[in-house]
Amino acid sequence: MQLIFKSMSELKVIPMRPRGKDEPPPPNSNFNGQAEVTDAIDPIALKQEHEQRKSEQQERIEDTERETLIGMLRQMILIRRFEEKSAEGYSLGKIGGFCHLYIGQEAVAVGAMAALRPDDYLLTSYRDHGHAIAKGMSAEEVMAELYGKAGGCSAGKGGSMHLFDGDINFLGGHGIVGGQIPLATGVAFATKYKGTDQVTLCFFGEAAVNQGAFHESLNMAQLWKLPCIYVCENNQYGMGTSLERAMSLQDVSQKACAYDIASEFVDGMDVLAVRDAVGRAVKRARESSLPSLLEIRTYRFMGHSMSDPGNYRTRAEIEKHQERDPVKLFTQNLKEKNLIADAQLADIEKSVREEVERTVQFAEQSPEPAPEELYTHVYSTVSSEQ
Amino acid sequence: MAVITMREALNQAMREEMQRDGNIFLMGEEVAAYQGAYKVSKGLLEEFGDKRVIDSPITELGFAGLGVGAAMAGLRPVIEFMTFNFSILATDQIINSAAKMLYMSGGQFKIPIVFRGPNGSAYQVSSQHSQAMESWYAHFPGLKVVMPSTPADAKGLLKSAIRDDDPVIFLEQERMYGIKGEVPDEEDFTIPLGQADIKREGTDATIVARSLTVPLALKAAEELEKMGVSCEVIDPRTIRPLDIKTIIESVKKTNRVVVAEESHSFCGVGAEISAQIAEQAFDYLDAPVRRISGADAPMPYAKNLEKLALPDVEKIVAAVREVAYLD
Repeated sequence: MQLIFKSMSELKVIPMRPRGKDEPPPPNSNFNGQAEVTDAIDPIALKQEHEQRKSEQQERIEDTERETLIGMLRQMILIRRFEEKSAEGYSLGKIGGFCHLYIGQEAVAVGAMAALRPDDYLLTSYRDHGHAIAKGMSAEEVMAELYGKAGGCSAGKGGSMHLFDGDINFLGGHGIVGGQIPLATGVAFATKYKGTDQVTLCFFGEAAVNQGAFHESLNMAQLWKLPCIYVCENNQYGMGTSLERAMSLQDVSQKACAYDIASEFVDGMDVLAVRDAVGRAVKRARESSLPSLLEIRTYRFMGHSMSDPGNYRTRAEIEKHQERDPVKLFTQNLKEKNLIADAQLADIEKSVREEVERTVQFAEQSPEPAPEELYTHVYSTVSSEQ
Repeated sequence: MAVITMREALNQAMREEMQRDGNIFLMGEEVAAYQGAYKVSKGLLEEFGDKRVIDSPITELGFAGLGVGAAMAGLRPVIEFMTFNFSILATDQIINSAAKMLYMSGGQFKIPIVFRGPNGSAYQVSSQHSQAMESWYAHFPGLKVVMPSTPADAKGLLKSAIRDDDPVIFLEQERMYGIKGEVPDEEDFTIPLGQADIKREGTDATIVARSLTVPLALKAAEELEKMGVSCEVIDPRTIRPLDIKTIIESVKKTNRVVVAEESHSFCGVGAEISAQIAEQAFDYLDAPVRRISGADAPMPYAKNLEKLALPDVEKIVAAVREVAYLD
């Protein structure tokens, strides 16, 4: 399956419309008549579309401060290198359990966070390393958590899937598909209740859209006008099951119309497109206390988790998507716009590699949790040992 | 002391706590405009407004999770399940989110939430609306489970549950909302979680009962008294944390135990109490611990079968006579 973006839509409410008696159902892959998913790929059309996407990103680059752009690039590179190091740590047996990498999806977390205020809330799924780093969590504490060390952001009790940092309102990686969606709805409920203007960003994969939790949450969010932004990172596979094998109506963004919620389809390989789309949703949430649903189309270059053999998709398919590698795309555009030179890029790579090395050193040196930690934090006030 | 119903006691507890702390809100199906399916939230909408007393759609997983999220962000939700039968839909959020959040965040996120509502059997509502859920929730570390049997306990324990910083499963009993009892008038009356109450002192046998079976056990004790058997009736009131110490002290005195519960026996709370007695007071037992539980079958509709499925005074009396080797 390949994806062709014809054009992007602005954030809006798609009105529900009863289908005429003789009218055929819309093709599953149509998004608002504008984007199309098709198996039969026309290489020329695809190339043209990529060119168009590229020029759109260049336009966005022109509208953005150089320092901001370089900062975003560095974050994307940091997440990429961090994840590569995580894979290495996993292979060495330093990291255990489930480890879900974010490689390929970096533009989503970095773009989204660029539209947030530091005090805004974020919840995500178990594929959470990238969001945590983008939100501002110490990469050292993230790595220490993956290592199961006391210096980890969750004291070594959560692991890869359960990163938390209350100081930056990072309310967790959550391990049950879709489980974070009602939670995020509740966080947004709380901010509205308390009268703050914080917004809550909730990330989930497209497979979570099939869960009841998604539908129950969107219903409540619009019913009570909660400032929650539901960000579906559509990486096109729920573990090893492709979107079209799992979802009857594959346009996730269109599902918002069932709840009268504004939605938008976004190119998740363009970090600035993500920033702008999330920015529009943030404005809606902050100023009007309204929810939004964003479907951000992306692709993970690695397996579902480190133990994924990946035999459900072809190498060619992955390579096709890698042509629009978000880090590469952004780097090229910045270069073409003369905003970054090779030497500076090398400096960024070098400083990122050093930073990632420091995370490993920190994790290695951090002690294991003390045995008595087994029974702490079961309850807030008493030990669970009876 | 005022004599009020269980329903009024619960209502007072919520009202007083909501007056005390603006971060407490009540959410659930029919809790606001309808005043509660069992009228436990009567008058709260009028007093606190629709910001704090909120009718939810029929979406148990959704509003249970919303409550947990709100608790993460600093509120103190009281989430009402119309009955705990429906909490089954919400168990992912109760068990995977509420119970584990503090732990897996390394102590960062407390979840001060109360999930409350009626539990156990009602009158002729058949299998899906008549079941006791306490062993499910008591199984998981991270949750506290409370089961009051009197209006005073209901009020004092609910106030403590709302003030508690951990998630509390507060199980009321559908058949007991109308029972009356004295409730202390003092303004800040609370009962700490984790303390059993000796509902009746005795010397010959211990009956451990909770919720619906406490009045049954007391009635059985009265009848047994006439037969010359002095029974001690202990109500743990909180299943987790369980005040096993009070139970063990009683066993050391009476040497005979009957556990009475309306839930199924298999993997139940009675099984846990029996195991702990065996572990901690084996040498004091003069007879095996006997359990009187709900039938090991789904609850039937027919009135005669429903009666057979539930514990009653006669069954408890017979069990005590059995452990006392009177028959």
